Amino acid sequence: MAIFSEHEREHVMETLGELERNVKLIFFTQDFECESCRQSHELLKELADLSDKLSLKVYDFKEDKEIVEKYRIDKIPALAVEGEKDYGIRYFGTPAGYEFAALLENILDVSRGTVELSEETTEELQEIDSLIHIQVFVTPTCPYCPRAVRTAHKLAQANDWIQADMVSATEFPHLANKYDVFSVPKVIINEGIEFEGALPERHFVQHILMAASSRT
Amino acid sequence: MYDLAIIGGGPAALSGAVYAGRKRLDTVLIAKEIGGQLLLTSGIENYLGFESITGAELADKFANQMAQYDIDEIIGEKVVELFKQDYFFKIRTEGDQWSEARAVILASGKRSRTLNVPGERELTGRGVAYCATCDAPLFAGRKVAVIGGGNSAFEAVIDLLPIATEIFLIDIAPHWFADQILIDRIEESPKVKSFQLHRVVEILGERRVSEIVIEPIEGGEIKQFNVQGVFVEIGLVPNSEFVEGLVKMNQYQEIIVDCHARTNVPGLFAAGDVTDVPEKQVIISAGEGAKAALSAYRYLIRQKGQV
Ligand SMILES: Cc1cc2nc3c(=O)[nH]c(=O)nc-3n(C[C@H](O)[C@H](O)[C@H](O)COP(=O)(O)OP(=O)(O)OC[C@H]3O[C@@H](n4cnc5c(N)ncnc54)[C@H](O)[C@@H]3O)c2cc1C
Repeated sequence: MAIFSEHEREHVMETLGELERNVKLIFFTQDFECESCRQSHELLKELADLSDKLSLKVYDFKEDKEIVEKYRIDKIPALAVEGEKDYGIRYFGTPAGYEFAALLENILDVSRGTVELSEETTEELQEIDSLIHIQVFVTPTCPYCPRAVRTAHKLAQANDWIQADMVSATEFPHLANKYDVFSVPKVIINEGIEFEGALPERHFVQHILMAASSRT
Repeated sequence: MYDLAIIGGGPAALSGAVYAGRKRLDTVLIAKEIGGQLLLTSGIENYLGFESITGAELADKFANQMAQYDIDEIIGEKVVELFKQDYFFKIRTEGDQWSEARAVILASGKRSRTLNVPGERELTGRGVAYCATCDAPLFAGRKVAVIGGGNSAFEAVIDLLPIATEIFLIDIAPHWFADQILIDRIEESPKVKSFQLHRVVEILGERRVSEIVIEPIEGGEIKQFNVQGVFVEIGLVPNSEFVEGLVKMNQYQEIIVDCHARTNVPGLFAAGDVTDVPEKQVIISAGEGAKAALSAYRYLIRQKGQV
């Protein structure tokens, strides 16, 4: 069954027409697919079919241990969006609903190889010299969430120390529980720092700097 | 210096921006986010030209239409200060960005009203929620309370019905103010327990909401329920704090405008939900935004003639 309607397919194709360099969608699932793994897989297959510059590579979470480790995948469904290199951009859970638009923009950024960030942000990011792990919890019905996910992924693309994950709160309820996610978007940075809401880029970066300076 | 600054990113502001763009006014739009309350609605079925469309999609369409024109944008910034100096306005955002403009349209809309009870602020984001569309899915298998008796409260209950195990619907009024079609859908469900003529006294919880305390408004026994979520849907308040003292408002803090969208301050216009115009709807806000931009245009032409 097709996921995209004819109209959506056209719209997505038009957007993907702007792709510059090749982008790889690296998807992790398993042989006997969980319901949301299957959905994600279908979505990505259809998406990858819509542009020559977009390819889909599928790995098995259990079998392909080396790759799983290399991409730091600890749950599925998982997706890495890779361009010239692996920027640390991850999606855990299905990038559907409002998140799909964010995924498309993300793919465009990766294909360009650059992201739009303010001068201040670019400067401040240079201070970072240790690993930063950002997790953005979302629900597919949350209109504010893609903004937080976009900011996190842009920051990951701009700085090699940063990995940014979209995490679907409904697909990983145990994590939502662990991090007390009662409102989305909720952002967790390096376990210690957290905030709710889609903060402007500048404030988002302040939290990252806090996490960077409070590392133990 | 800009000709025009538009404050807001909802239907009123975006419609105003389109009209300003067509008049070639040098315009800046300053908004916390694009979409406004459209982003809180699940679907719009009464905006002409679209039989049924999600709020987010309609917001996208508005934004795309604005993008056809050369409008500067400052997005992600909240205006915290605005004052008039000589013949122009100075505007400051939370991030300390200053802008100057000869005319301003206030289109900052409304936001959720809070209960103002102990526990509410501390537990916001820890079970106390103001966006049912966003947060309802997080309460699967949990007990929740919904506060309010209008359409948005009933829509929250409907979002929660398939997910939550028990829903306490609490409202201060003796009658529901929601559309009958919504009321009918809920009253059949055994999951929903309604308490009309009750007020919230307190929300309890350490790191997350654990209980809600309510009491009958006429006095009587206090009740306490175990809940993990409290959805507050008790209406809206205008985002007009940053012009307090500058412009005339009514008792609800709505900005008073005349039928040309003018406030009592020359050069300062207002449109949409933030004003005292009756009926708060997308189509009305969009119309008022257009009117405000045209009025501002006229004002600017006259002002330039004098300078
Ligand atoms: C749940 C719900 C369902 C609804 N359903 C419908 C419906 O079916 N049909 C219908 O016609 N209407 C509906 N409405 C009403 C409709 O959404 C509003 O009337 C309309 O959005 C008002 O538009 P506005 O531009 O005046 O204000 P808003 O939509 O409130 O937009 C205000 C904008 O200003 C920004 N802002 C606020 N303060 C500042 C500041 N200090 N600095 C910078 N920016 C600021 C905000 O971020 C926002 O972008 C619904 C509303 C809700 C909440």
